Amino acid sequence: MGEANAVRGSSTAAILGDAALWALATLGLCIPIVSYRTDLSQTSALDLTPRWGLVAAFCAAAFALRVAQRLWLARREARRSAAVLPKGTDGRVAVARRRPSLGVPLFVGFALAMPLVATLATGSLGASRYWIDLGILILTYVMLGWGLNIVVGLAGLLDLGYVAFYAVGAYSYALLSTTFGLSFWVCLPLAGLFAGLWGILLGFPVLRLRGDYLAIVTLAFGEIIRLVLINWTDLTNGSAGIDSIPRATFFGIPFTAGEDGFAKTFGLSFDAMHRIVFLYYLILALALLTNLVTLRLRRLPIGRAWEALREDEIACRSLGIDTTVTKLTAFALGAMFGGFAGSFFAVRQGFVSPESFNFLESAIILAIVVLGGMGSQVGVAIAAVAMVGGPELLRNLGFLKSVFGEGFDPNEYRLLLFGLAMVAMMVWRPRGLVSQRTPSATLGQRKAISGAFVREGHG
Amino acid sequence: MDVFVQQLINGLTLGSIYGLIAIGYTMVFGIIGMVNFAHGDVFMVSSFVALILFLLVTTWLGVSSIALALLFVLVATMLLTALWGYAIERVAYRPLRGSFRLAPLISAIGVSIFLANFVQVAQGARNKPTPPMLGGAFTLFERDGYAVSLSYKQCAIMLVTAVLLAGFWYLVQKTSFGRAQRACEQDRRMAALLGIDVDRTISLTFVLGAALAAVAGVLYLVYYGVVSFSDGFVPGVKAFTAAVLGGIGSLPGAVLGGLIIGLVETFWSAYFSIEYKDVAAFSILAIVLIFMPSGLLGRAEVEKV
Repeated sequence: MGEANAVRGSSTAAILGDAALWALATLGLCIPIVSYRTDLSQTSALDLTPRWGLVAAFCAAAFALRVAQRLWLARREARRSAAVLPKGTDGRVAVARRRPSLGVPLFVGFALAMPLVATLATGSLGASRYWIDLGILILTYVMLGWGLNIVVGLAGLLDLGYVAFYAVGAYSYALLSTTFGLSFWVCLPLAGLFAGLWGILLGFPVLRLRGDYLAIVTLAFGEIIRLVLINWTDLTNGSAGIDSIPRATFFGIPFTAGEDGFAKTFGLSFDAMHRIVFLYYLILALALLTNLVTLRLRRLPIGRAWEALREDEIACRSLGIDTTVTKLTAFALGAMFGGFAGSFFAVRQGFVSPESFNFLESAIILAIVVLGGMGSQVGVAIAAVAMVGGPELLRNLGFLKSVFGEGFDPNEYRLLLFGLAMVAMMVWRPRGLVSQRTPSATLGQRKAISGAFVREGHG
Repeated sequence: MDVFVQQLINGLTLGSIYGLIAIGYTMVFGIIGMVNFAHGDVFMVSSFVALILFLLVTTWLGVSSIALALLFVLVATMLLTALWGYAIERVAYRPLRGSFRLAPLISAIGVSIFLANFVQVAQGARNKPTPPMLGGAFTLFERDGYAVSLSYKQCAIMLVTAVLLAGFWYLVQKTSFGRAQRACEQDRRMAALLGIDVDRTISLTFVLGAALAAVAGVLYLVYYGVVSFSDGFVPGVKAFTAAVLGGIGSLPGAVLGGLIIGLVETFWSAYFSIEYKDVAAFSILAIVLIFMPSGLLGRAEVEKV
C-alpha cells in the first residue's frame, strides 16, 4: 500500500513473513465472529456451530492476496526506478490530456437506444423487462448523482443527507396524488418546489459549517426526516408507507387496455411494457434535464460562484460574492432535482415507505459522486452504472452455487462488496474514475487539469 | 421524584456506554481530524464477539461463575476488537493519509457498510439474545408501591466504566505513549521531527478507541441482552453527538457528553415520547454543531487565512 512497504526489503522471505502476519491477523479477526455461527434453537437459546474450515480459507486468501500485492508493488517499484523522471516533479502528470469530448454523446446515444437494443437482443418487449427496469434504476441514480453533484462537486458542500430531498419529492407526489388526486405532471414541479424549499430550510442553519461537520449535520437532518416520516403516522401512515399511488400517464392518457388507453389511442396492441418504456424515457429526460441545467449553470455567474466557493470560501467572500445566496442556491437546486427524482420514484413504484430513504441511500449517492470524480458529469454516469449495475450482476452468478454449495446466495454479498469497493476506490483512485477537470472559466486556452488541483468540501 | 431518580440511574447507565464509544471518536478526530464513521460498527462487532465468547465460555468450557466468565469475555473482547481497530486503520485509513480530505470519510463509510453486512452474512440477520446474566437489583427506596432500584447490571456498568476510564486517563496523561499521543494531536509534523513514530501512535489510538468501544459493546450486551447487525449505526451517531457536545478532541468532554446524551434520551423517553427519542438525539447533534461547534469543553477552532 504505502511506499514504505516497497522500500522495506522485497526478498522472498520478507514477503512470505509479511503475508504470514496478515494471515495471522485474519485469523484473529475471524475469531470468533466467523469461526462460530450462532443460530436460534427451538428453546430460543443460541446454538454454536463451528466453522473452522471457512476461517482457514479466509486466512489462506489473505495470505495469497498479500503475497500478490507485495509482488506487484515490488515490480512497480522496479519499473519506476528504471524510468527516468524529470527532476523536480513527483512523477505525477499535472496537466493531463484533453478530455475526450465523445463521452456525453456516446452515453446519451446508448441510453436512448437501450430499450430497442434490449428488445432486439432478448427477442420480445416482455422479455426485455429486466433490462429496462435495470436501466430505469441506473438512470435514477445517475439523476440523483448529477443532482448531488451540484452540491458536492460544484459548490463543495459535503451533503450526507441528500436522500431527505429524495424522500420529500416521493412523499410530495404520494400525498398530493392520493389525497387531492393531482396528476403526475402537476405534482412533478410541485415536488421539485417542495424539495427545493426544504433544501433552503435545511441549508440556512448549516451556512457556517464546513467539511466533516457539515456532512454530519446533513446526515442528522436526513435521519430526522426519515424518523418523522416513520412516526408521523397521521400524515404518512408510518412505516407501513403509502400504497396505491396513481400510475404515470402518457400526458393524461392512461396505460390501460381500455378504450381511452394508450394502446387504443395510438392504434397499438396493448402491452404492459409500454408503461415501463415510457418510464424509462421519462427518467432519461429528467436526468438529461439535470445535466443540461448543471452544464448551463456552470457558465453563469452563479455557477462560477459555486466553484469559487469550493476552491476558497474566504477569498470568495473577500471578492464580494454573497456566500449565503451561493450556498443556498446550490442546496436548493440540488434538492430540487432530488425532489424530481423522488417523485419519479413514487410514480414508478406506486408505493413509498420510509425504509427506502435510509442513510445507506445517501451513502450510495455520495459514493457515486465521489467515485465518478467530483464535478465530472460523465464520471458520475459511469460510476452509477458501475455501482448500481455491478451489484445487479451478482444476481446472475448462479454458477457460484455449484462452487460454494446450495445455500450460497450471491445477493447477500451485494452490500458487503459495495462497502469494500468504496474503500478500495478511495485507496487506489481517490480522485474518482474521471480524474481530470475542465475549468469553467479560463484565461486563454481551455485545458483539462488533474483532479488533484480541485479542492473539495471545505466550503 | 421516584420516577426521576429511576430515570437518572437509567440515563447514567446508558450515558456510560455512549461515553465509552465517544472517546474513540474524539481521540481519532483529535489526532487525524477525521470522523471515524465505522466506529459505531466496530462497537457492534465487539458486541457480537462478546456474545459468542460468552456462549463459548459458559457452555463449552463450563465456567459456572457468571462474573468470572464476563471478566474473561471483557478482556478477550477488548483484545480482539483492538485487532479490528488496528486492521481497519491499516487497510482503509493509513493509505489515505495525505490524500484529499473527503477520502478518509468516504472510506470510513465504506468500512461501516462492510462491517454491518459482514456480520449479517457471517451471523445472520436476526436479533441474537443472550442467556440472562447478572439478574437482581438493589432496592434503593420504595414509596407508594414504586420501588426505585439499581440493578446489578447497572452497578457493574457504572463500575467498569469508572475503573476503565481511570486507567485510560492514566494512560493518556502519565505514560510516554500518552505524551506521544497528545503531541501528535497538537502538531503531527513537529512530533515526527522530535522522533515520535506518528504512524504507530495513530495506530495505537485506533487500537485504544476500539478497545474502549469493545468495553461498551460488552456492557451493551449485558444491559440489553440482545444484539443485531444493525445496532452499530444509531449508538454510533449518538456517541458521535456526545463527542461533539463535549467538545470534539476533549476526553473528559466525551464522557460528559455521553452522560448528557444518555440522560436526555432517557428523560425524553420517560416524559415526552419514546418514538421521537432518536429525533431528540439527532436534533441535539445539529443544534450543537450549528450554535456551539466547539462544544462544552473543547477549544474553539481558530481559522487561519
